[in-house]
Amino acid sequence: MWFDILPSFWEGAKITIQLTLFSAVIAFFLAFLAGFGRLSKIKAVRFLAATYVEIFRGTSLFVQLFWIYFALPLFGIMLPKMLAGVLALSLNAGAYGSEIVRSTIISVPKGQTEAAIALNMTPWQRTWLVILPQALVMMLPAFGNLIIEMLKGTALVSLVTLADLTFVATVLNSSIMRPTEIFSVLLVIYFVISLPFTRGIRWIEHRLSAGRY
Amino acid sequence: MWNWDYTLLILPQILEALKITVSATFVAFAVALVVGLILTLARRSDFKPLSLFAQGFIEFVRSTPLLVQLYFIFYVLPEHGLSLSPFIAGVMGLGLHYSTYLSEVYRGGIESIPPGQWEAAKALNFTPLETWRKIILPQSIPPVIPVMGNYLITMFKETPVLSAITLVEIMQTAKMLGSHSFRYLEAFTIVGVLFLVLSYSSSLMVRRLEVRLNLR
Repeated sequence: MWFDILPSFWEGAKITIQLTLFSAVIAFFLAFLAGFGRLSKIKAVRFLAATYVEIFRGTSLFVQLFWIYFALPLFGIMLPKMLAGVLALSLNAGAYGSEIVRSTIISVPKGQTEAAIALNMTPWQRTWLVILPQALVMMLPAFGNLIIEMLKGTALVSLVTLADLTFVATVLNSSIMRPTEIFSVLLVIYFVISLPFTRGIRWIEHRLSAGRY
Repeated sequence: MWNWDYTLLILPQILEALKITVSATFVAFAVALVVGLILTLARRSDFKPLSLFAQGFIEFVRSTPLLVQLYFIFYVLPEHGLSLSPFIAGVMGLGLHYSTYLSEVYRGGIESIPPGQWEAAKALNFTPLETWRKIILPQSIPPVIPVMGNYLITMFKETPVLSAITLVEIMQTAKMLGSHSFRYLEAFTIVGVLFLVLSYSSSLMVRRLEVRLNLR
């Protein structure tokens, strides 16, 4: 039995990992865009960023995915499943990520900005050379956790019939009716995929706290 | 494109299903609160196998998708003689998943108690049970109530996943309405707006609670 089902799990795993990585890259950009947008001096930009964040944090990923896949075609926008999945996941995670960006940037001590001003740096230099390098390091563990949330979120695309790990498992289960084995293996596979991220986060957190005493 | 007559026609049915969504949220939250506390205490236990088990359980459940956990509860347990209704399976899955997050919240609260409190309890000859019940928990839970409130909102937003195991909450109702009429736009938009309005207003309430707790 295992010889038959493991290759299909492998195909599903490839889709799940692709989805996670593509969405993570786009979410990262959106998070910075919206995070900086909320700290902008221009009111319209702040408003726009806040609206994006509240809408995508306030409704759920599930609803967003179904809306993009089933409701958008009524406006003539028919997206392939993979694109709909990446779009929903990255827009959702981007909104959560923007809060990470915003909160770490405001947590960089004020003295750093003041010192940069005293050194006659331009606002651009202040952000890129002083604030951002310090904030980035602090963001890493939170972004690691966000990637795990995204990995878990990818399971929802199985409900719009994209052939990811969970979809493969449900199809297998309806043909061979062995839920115990199939769903146990499925859980373990997700856990194994998440391991590099959870270990990575722990390693980074350890490194970050090392020099603090 | 947007049909208001149709919207008004389906709105009552979706609002009716909101009752199931809300009750699933609260029952699952109660499960998460209780199991979360048990996990926290188990993790702090001196009995190594118990604390390792709790730690492993937390890590495993946190790194695997809620949807798959629901499938597991709903399709695997009946194989072993335990058939559950969609509602029970749903609140169990949602509750267990978030108990691992809440156990971190409890842990944060407990670890912020100064060591002097433990020492005082020992000096006053409190039993471990009395120490937890009368000294540690009453001080560690109130400060983390806002964080718990935020998890309640997160769980509320996760309830559409329960539609995957055929629980007829608002998302499932919207899906069924959509497949009858081939119009998904209105139904899914109503669900989205409901989530946005309810979760945003409750998050404002949590923020007010936070301010009040900080003032004390």
